[in-house]
Amino acid sequence: MSVLVYTESEEGKFKKIALEAVSYAKGIADAMGTSVTAVAINGGNASELATYGAAKILEVSNDSLTNFNAEAYADVVAQAAKKEDAKVVILTASANSKFMAPLVAVNLEAGYVPNVTGLPVSTSPFKVKHSVFTNKAFSFTEITTDIKLVGLAKNAYGLKEASAAGASENFAPNLDAHDFDMKIVSVDKATDKVTIADAEIVVSGGRGLKGPENWGMIEELAGILGAATACSKPVSDMGWRPHSEHVGQTGKPVAATLYIAIGISGAIQHLAGINSSKVKVVINNDPEAPFFKAADYGIVGDAFEVIPQLNEKLKEFKAQNA
Amino acid sequence: MKILVCISHVPDTTSKINFTDGDTKFDTNGVQFVINPNDEFGLTRAMWFKEKQGATVHVINVGGPETEPTLRKALAIGADEAIRVNTPATDGFSVAKQLANVAKEGAYDLIIGGRESIDYNGGMVPGMLAKLIGANFVNTCISLEVNGNEATAIREIDGGKETLKTSLPLVVGGQKGLVEESDLRIPNMRGIMQARSKPLTVKEPADATSETVAVSFEKPAPKGAVKLVDNVDDLINLLHNEAKVI
Ligand SMILES: Cc1cc2nc3c(=O)[nH]c(=O)nc-3n(C[C@H](O)[C@H](O)[C@H](O)COP(=O)(O)OP(=O)(O)OC[C@H]3O[C@@H](n4cnc5c(N)ncnc54)[C@H](O)[C@@H]3O)c2cc1C
Repeated sequence: MSVLVYTESEEGKFKKIALEAVSYAKGIADAMGTSVTAVAINGGNASELATYGAAKILEVSNDSLTNFNAEAYADVVAQAAKKEDAKVVILTASANSKFMAPLVAVNLEAGYVPNVTGLPVSTSPFKVKHSVFTNKAFSFTEITTDIKLVGLAKNAYGLKEASAAGASENFAPNLDAHDFDMKIVSVDKATDKVTIADAEIVVSGGRGLKGPENWGMIEELAGILGAATACSKPVSDMGWRPHSEHVGQTGKPVAATLYIAIGISGAIQHLAGINSSKVKVVINNDPEAPFFKAADYGIVGDAFEVIPQLNEKLKEFKAQNA
Repeated sequence: MKILVCISHVPDTTSKINFTDGDTKFDTNGVQFVINPNDEFGLTRAMWFKEKQGATVHVINVGGPETEPTLRKALAIGADEAIRVNTPATDGFSVAKQLANVAKEGAYDLIIGGRESIDYNGGMVPGMLAKLIGANFVNTCISLEVNGNEATAIREIDGGKETLKTSLPLVVGGQKGLVEESDLRIPNMRGIMQARSKPLTVKEPADATSETVAVSFEKPAPKGAVKLVDNVDDLINLLHNEAKVI
């Protein structure tokens, strides 16, 4: 028996969410009196996983798996789980994890719960807390199958160091033709920009910014903070910003450590999607804007005055604290 | 081309979320139900396939009789036929099983679901369905073209997008981008009248067990009051020293 965790990497480096998932798997393994096995596909330096508690690392190196492929990756994870007799399998909230999770679930006949916000409430019966109704509520859900598939919400657990053996082993999965029915034609990804999924800080602009020409100061603020840029739904619907920046109930979820909302009123659909961010700041010239009820810190003021000042002062702050 | 669009019946996005029976059941009192927004983008794309490529479009929901107005709305938007599998939607896996049963019988070429439903946010039904019937699967799909047996899909990835080529039968988990917000259709009077006479077939469920059980619910703890500041120095100071996030 073991807890299996899939560890995602990018360009030969494990992603932070992968390390967080290993920490989380270690927490579950401790509660169940077992150990953690990580599976990595063309992954990073395996010893890094050991520092967060992986007792064993199954390393898959296979050129046909250079690009993510949900069908094949799901098969790798399912085969690793069977080999390790895993009773719990951990995935994350990344787009790729969420893509492959239902395939892994069917393959392992495992009950699947995504958006899990912490360690299981109990391991027997196996019961987890997860967000539902787009962060407007939580559900306590029991997984009744022999194998349990858990999708950890982003930033829900944090990194916890825990040294473990980290014995690395080559793992060669059996892949068949159906695994490669999907051909990637092209990938279009801005490599120089922080993504909303990976960002610690997200700077978001709304209709209060009046037009796309005013996003320079938002980009500048994001640049200073190393943040991703986001926007409210009408802003993307009007084509001021790309759809990929639309956050909220019908857009991307945000679970950042810091979310800064500028010229956004705070409609219920917007708040639902960003509510699991730890600290929320609002800058809005209307003191009655509903966002003030959801935020931790706020400035009632005109964005066109406040943001340039904030950018100047933040640059000074960054220079002093570098 | 035969298309099946999976329609989840969900509370309108403005709904207040409350629970009853000792926090074990969602309180539907005063809640308005709608077509799940992600599914509506898929349904609208299906209408495009119908009008431009002569596709037949069926819509399906797994649920009790209370979901029928939502299916009628999909018919009013333009779907040809509706199917309701008469059993409560208890978890993602059992719903996927029911859908797989109907999908196999109907020999659909393309099945469109949503990336997730906005009530339980499971994001698992389309993928499970694809795996159960052995179809190809594309999630977070933001563009879809079909040419004969070939499909070209674009999916959203973290930080960008990826273009894929695959073949039918195909299941997609769709979202905004499949069509634009401005392409969504409000049913007109003629559509509503026609929908009344379109077939809505009720099927009894196949055997399917749930793999997860929602035992109870909880609402987030109320938030403390906002701290208002009137200058950016104070804000930077609080974010650095109090919140410790910069
Ligand atoms: C089914 C459905 C789903 C939806 N899903 C989403 C979603 O996922 N995400 C989302 O964001 N919305 C969503 N919405 C839309 C939502 O209801 C709101 O309409 C939207 O969030 C408002 O965007 P906004 O805050 O940018 O614009 P507004 O509501 O117009 O707010 C603009 C704000 O800017 C402030 N402002 C104006 N000028 C200045 C200035 N100079 N300086 C500072 N502040 C200024 C104003 O006081 C105002 O509060 C959805 C709606 C529906 C019906």
